[in-house]
Amino acid sequence: MSDEVTAEILTTHILDLAKSGKRLDGRGLDDYREVTVEHGFVTSADGSALATIGTTKVLCGVKLELGKPFPDTPNAGVLTTNAELIPLSSPMFEPGPPHPRAIEVSRVVDRAIRAAETIDLTKLCVTPGEKTWVCYVDMHVLDHSGNLIDAACLAALGALTHAILPNKAFEVGPEDVPLAVNHFPVECTFVRLGDAIVVDPLVDEEKAAQGRLTVATDEIGNIVAMQKGLIGAFSPSDVKEIVERAFQHGDRNRAIARGV
Amino acid sequence: MGSVGAKDVPVLLTPDGLRIDGRRLNELRPLKITAGALHEADGSAFVEWGANKVMAAVYGPREVHPRHLQENNKAIVQCRYNMAAFSVDERKRPGLDRRSQEISKVIAEAFESAIFAEEYPRTSVDVYIEVLQANAGTRCAGVVAASVALADAGIPMVDLLPSVAVGKVAGKIALDLKKEEDNFGEADMPMALVPQSGRLVLLQMEGHLTRPELAEALDLGVAGCRQIYQVMKQALRDRYASDGPDPSGVSP
Repeated sequence: MSDEVTAEILTTHILDLAKSGKRLDGRGLDDYREVTVEHGFVTSADGSALATIGTTKVLCGVKLELGKPFPDTPNAGVLTTNAELIPLSSPMFEPGPPHPRAIEVSRVVDRAIRAAETIDLTKLCVTPGEKTWVCYVDMHVLDHSGNLIDAACLAALGALTHAILPNKAFEVGPEDVPLAVNHFPVECTFVRLGDAIVVDPLVDEEKAAQGRLTVATDEIGNIVAMQKGLIGAFSPSDVKEIVERAFQHGDRNRAIARGV
Repeated sequence: MGSVGAKDVPVLLTPDGLRIDGRRLNELRPLKITAGALHEADGSAFVEWGANKVMAAVYGPREVHPRHLQENNKAIVQCRYNMAAFSVDERKRPGLDRRSQEISKVIAEAFESAIFAEEYPRTSVDVYIEVLQANAGTRCAGVVAASVALADAGIPMVDLLPSVAVGKVAGKIALDLKKEEDNFGEADMPMALVPQSGRLVLLQMEGHLTRPELAEALDLGVAGCRQIYQVMKQALRDRYASDGPDPSGVSP
C-alpha cells in the first residue's frame, strides 16, 4: 500500500476518533502527555535541559560568550536561538540546510522568550557599544513524536533558568553567577481535528490536523506569543477557548520546567 | 564550563603511573550504553562514556536519498556524525564542518565493511550520530553507539564494532584518552574492531609513535575493544531480555 493511501486511512481514523472524544494513544482531547525536564544534562553548556513530552525529546544547551552588541542596541545583550531538526530524530527529516519547519520552531520559541522578557538583555551588556554577553540558545531535537514547539520551549526555559554566567572564564567578574531569569514563558500547542481541538498533538495528528495554534503564556497571566500554523482556521471563540486551556496546561508545565 | 584561553599543561601522569583522572594506562573510562533510547528511529542507542554523551539512531534499510547514490547489488551506508553547538567548551557553529564530514565518511565505510549489504540492494542504511557532550573519543563513542543502534534496528552484521582511541601521554601508550590527555598528548589513534575476525575496520592516527609504540598501541586498543564489546552485548541483552514494558513507550 502506498504511503499516501495509508496516510489517508490514518487521517480518517484520527478524525473519526476525535468525533467521539478519543485519540490514537488513548488520551482524551485535553490530556497532555507526561512532561519531564531534566536540568544540567550537558555539562559542556552553561545551562542545559532535556525536555520530554511523552516520547518527544528535545535537548537545549545555552552557551554564554562575549561579543559585540548590535549597533542599534548598544546597551543590550544579544539573544540567539537556533533549532536543529536533525535527521536522527525522525524518518521525516533529511540532512541539509534548515527546513522552514526548523526555522518556525526556533522563531516561535525565540518570540516567546523575547516577548516574555525572560532575561533582561540590558543586564547582559558589559561595556556599552563594545562588549556584551551573547546568549546562544541551541535546541536539538532528538526524538520527534509530535509537538516540537512545546518541547523546544520547555527545554529552552529549563536551560535558561539554570544557566550560569561564566564571569571567571571570560574575566568579566570574580564569581560565576546564575543568569538572572525574570519570567517563565511556556508554549502550549493545539490542533484542530474536525470540530475537536486537541492539545499536545502526536505526529500523525499534526499530519491530519486542520490548523495548529500555539499559545505562549507567562507566569503572571499574560499571553506573550501566538503562532497559527498548518492549513486550517480557528474562530475567535476557538482562540479564547484555546487560550484558557493553554494557561491550565502551561502553569503545570511551567513548574516542571522551572524545577520548583 | 565555558573556559577560554590556553591553560598550563597539567600533570598527565604521576610517578606511580596514575593518569589525570586516576586511571591506569590500560584502563577505560566508565562506559554506559542504553540500547533503544529513542522512539522514532528504527534502532538507537545512547552512550555515556567518561564525559562523552553520544546518541545514535539508525533508519533503514530504506529508499536511497539522493537517488543517484543507489547501488543495484547492495545497500549503502550513509552516516552523519555531528556535534551539537553546546557539546564543547567554546560554542561550535552548528552544522557539518570538514572534520565532521571526514569522520562521517570513515564511520560509514567501517559499517559498510561489517553489515551484510548485499541482502538489501537499492537501499540505504542511514546512521546518525549526534555528539551532545564531547570529551575526546567522540567518534569512537559514536561507532559504539551506532553499532548497538544497528543491532537494535535488526540490521544483519558480521559483528558489533567496538571502538576506542589509544594515545600517547607523557611518553607512555595509554588507552581511551580524555580531553586533557588528547589536547596535550603526543599521539591519538582511534580504531574500531571486528571482534570475530580480529580485524580493524576503522583506523586513524595522528601524532608521533615509534614502531614498538605502534605495536603496543594496537595491542592495547584491541584489548580495550574486547572489553567494550562485552558492555555492548550486555546493553542489547538488557534491552531485549527484560520482562518490563518496552522503554520506547506506546506506539499508535
